[in-house]
Amino acid sequence: MSGAAQYSDERAREIIAAHMGLEGPAMPILHALQKEFGYVPDAAVKEMAEALNISRAEMHGVVTFYHDFHRAPHGRHTLKICRAESCQSMGAERQARAFLDKLKLDWGGTTPDGALSVEPVYCLGLCAHSPSALYDGEPIGRVDAEMLDEIAAEARD
Amino acid sequence: MVKVYIPLDMAAVAMGADRLAAAVAQEAAARGETVEIVRNGSRGMLWLEPLIEVETPAGRVGYGPAKVKDVASLFDAGFLTGGAHLLNIGIVDEHPWMKKQNRVTFVRCGVIDPLSVAEYEAHEGFKGLTRAFEIGPAAVVEEVTKSGLRGRGGAGFPTGIKWKTVADCPPGQKYVVVNADEGDSGTFADRMIMEGDPLSLIEGMLICGYAVGASKGYVYLRSEYPIVAKVFQAAIEKALEAGWLGKNIKGSGFDFDVELRIGAGAYVCGEETSLLESLEGKRGIVRAKPPLPAHVGLFGKPTVINNVLSMATIPMIMEKGAKHYADLGVGRSRGTMPLQIAGNVKYGGLFETDFGIPLGVVVNEIGGGSRSGRPVRAVQVGGPLGAYVPVSLFDLPIDYEAFAAKDSLIGHGGLVVFDDTVDMSWMARFGMEFCAIESCGKCTPCRLGSTRGVETIDKIRNGMDVDANIALLKDLCHTMKFGSLCALGGFAPYPVESALRHFPEDFRKPALEAAE
Ligand SMILES: Cc1cc2nc3c(=O)[nH]c(=O)nc-3n(C[C@H](O)[C@H](O)[C@H](O)COP(=O)(O)O)c2cc1C
Ligand code: SF4
Ligand code: FES
Repeated sequence: MSGAAQYSDERAREIIAAHMGLEGPAMPILHALQKEFGYVPDAAVKEMAEALNISRAEMHGVVTFYHDFHRAPHGRHTLKICRAESCQSMGAERQARAFLDKLKLDWGGTTPDGALSVEPVYCLGLCAHSPSALYDGEPIGRVDAEMLDEIAAEARD
Repeated sequence: MVKVYIPLDMAAVAMGADRLAAAVAQEAAARGETVEIVRNGSRGMLWLEPLIEVETPAGRVGYGPAKVKDVASLFDAGFLTGGAHLLNIGIVDEHPWMKKQNRVTFVRCGVIDPLSVAEYEAHEGFKGLTRAFEIGPAAVVEEVTKSGLRGRGGAGFPTGIKWKTVADCPPGQKYVVVNADEGDSGTFADRMIMEGDPLSLIEGMLICGYAVGASKGYVYLRSEYPIVAKVFQAAIEKALEAGWLGKNIKGSGFDFDVELRIGAGAYVCGEETSLLESLEGKRGIVRAKPPLPAHVGLFGKPTVINNVLSMATIPMIMEKGAKHYADLGVGRSRGTMPLQIAGNVKYGGLFETDFGIPLGVVVNEIGGGSRSGRPVRAVQVGGPLGAYVPVSLFDLPIDYEAFAAKDSLIGHGGLVVFDDTVDMSWMARFGMEFCAIESCGKCTPCRLGSTRGVETIDKIRNGMDVDANIALLKDLCHTMKFGSLCALGGFAPYPVESALRHFPEDFRKPALEAAE
C-alpha cells in the first residue's frame, strides 16, 4: 500500500516496545510492523525474536504461517478478490481468471510497475453481494469485469 | 430534525453506503433541510442495501437500494416525510421479510445506533446483565444450561455445560474468548451483529465473565472485517465511559475488561485451540484435546471460548428467562438461528427464525430462488466444510440432528445457493484445494490428503480411470474423516462426498463428452 515508511531498526524497536505490555503481543506487533513498512522485513523479525526472547526460527515460523503477512515489499495497492464458494456461485472464479490473464499475473502477483498486487481471499462476509472484492481495505460488492478494469487503471495513477 | 438511517454495515458500504451518506448530507445542506444521519447496522435485507430509513410518525420508512444518483429525486419526492418514490418499500418493520422472522439475537441490529449506550439501554440493553448480578453466578450458568443454547460456531456444543466446566475450575485467572473468526463462505452474521449491535456481544461477555469468574475477555476478529474492528473498538470505549466495563461495574464489585485482537488471514484460526495459539502469538496450529480449553485454555488458564452469536444471544436469554428461549425450536435444537442466505439467490440476507423451518422454504420462499433466474441445483449449508444439499432434500428442517442424519451440517447457518450451471466436480475439487491451502499442517491425513484429493479429482475430471479414481477419492475421504485431528481435515470430505453422492453425473462428464 502507498505511503509505507522506510525500514529502520530503531523504528521497529519502538513499535515492538509499544506493544510489550500486552499479553501475547506477537500478532499486534506484526500487524503494526506491516502497517508501518508495508511488509514484515527480516530485520524486524530478528528484533522481534530478541524482544520476545524466542529463536529467530520460531519467529520466522509465526510470520510465515499467516496469509496476511508479506515478507517482501508489496504493490502500492492491493486488490483482494474473493474466490470462496458464494462468490464462485456467481461466476467469480472465471471472472478473476480472465482479469489475472489480462494483467499477466497469477494469484498473489504484483504488476511489473509495482502498482497493484492481486491476492485471493476466502470470503469477505459480503456473500449476499457476490462476487466481491476488497481494494485497499474498501469493500466492493457485485464486482464485474468493468469494475476490475477500473481498479487496475486507478492503481496505475 | 429528521432522523435518517444509512447503514455502516460492510455489505451496505460495499454497495455504496458511505458515498450515499455523504451525498444525502450534502443535498440536505444545499436544500436547507436539517437531517441527523445515523449510521446503523443492517436490517438484514441485504438485497436492498444501501437501505435508507427515515423516521416518520407512522414508523421508519425505507428506500432501497439507494444510489447516489437517486438522492436528488428522493428529496424531490419528499422522502424526509416518507414520500412516494420508486425505491419506497414502506414501513420497514412491516416488510414481509421482516414480519416472517423471529428476531432474538438480532432484535436491535439495524434498529439502534450501534454506538449509543443510551439507545442500547432504551432497547432493553444491559437488563440481562443486571438480572445476572441479581441472581448470582451459579444461577446464571443454570439459566444458560436450561435455555438449551448450543454453540452457534459450528459444533453445536451446549453452552451451559462449557460455562459450568470453567466455573467449576478453582478460582484464579480465567478468560473469556470470543471467536469472531467467521471464515465460512456464506456467513456474515457475526460481522453484522458486531457492526450493528456490538454492545450485545460485550454484554454477553460480561455475563459470561461474571458467571465463570473471569475478569478478562478477548475478541479474536478476522482481518477481513475492517469495519467491525473500528465499530467494535469504539463500542468498547463507549462501554468503558458509561461504566459498563472496567472496575466495579455499576457498583456490582465485578471487574471486566475486553480487548480486541485481529487475526491474519488463516481459516484454521477459527478452530478454537488454533485460535488460542494465535492469541498467544504462535503459529495457529491445532492443539490435541484433551485437555479442553475449559481446563487449560488461553495462557494455560481455564477459558470459555464461544462464537459471537452464542455470546450475543446470552443477554436476551438472561433478560427473558431460559424457558422463553427453550420454548422456541424443534427437538434438541432450541431457540432461533440467524440464517445467512447467500450465493446465487434473489433475496440474500440475514433471516433469523426458530429452528425447524424447511430448507426449501428458506431458499425458495424467503430467498426467492436463484438470482440468475435459472433452476436452483444445490445449496451448500454450513460453510466450506458443509455438505452440498440437492433440491430433493429441500424438506429437511433446519435442525442439527435432522441435518446430521443426512450426513450434512448446519454449522454457522450459512446457505450458499447454486443454480444449474454449477459444476459439482469443480466445487468438490475446490473444497479439497481450500483444505490444502488452509491446513495447519499438524496431521498427515489433512495436510497430504487434501493435496492428493485435488490431484485425484483432477484425474477424474480429465476422464482418467474414473471408476478407480472415484474409489480412491472415497477412500481418501474416509481416511481424512477418521484420521484428522480437527474438523478442518475431518469435515473437508463433506462437500466432496455429498457432491459424489448427490451429483454423480458431474464426475463423469469428460468420459461422456469423449464418447460423444
Ligand atoms: C477449521 C475450523 C474453523 C472454525 N472456524 C470457526 C469460526 O470461524 N468461528 C467460530 O465461532 N467457530 C469456528 N469453529 C468452531 C470452533 O472450534 C469452536 O467450536 C467454537 O468457536 C466454539 O464456540 P461455540 O460453542 O459458541 O460454537 C471452527 C472449527 C474448525 C475445525
Ligand atoms: S486436520 Fe488439518 S487443520 Fe486440523 S490439525 Fe490436522 S492438519 Fe491441522
Ligand atoms: S464467499 Fe465471497 S464474500 Fe463470502
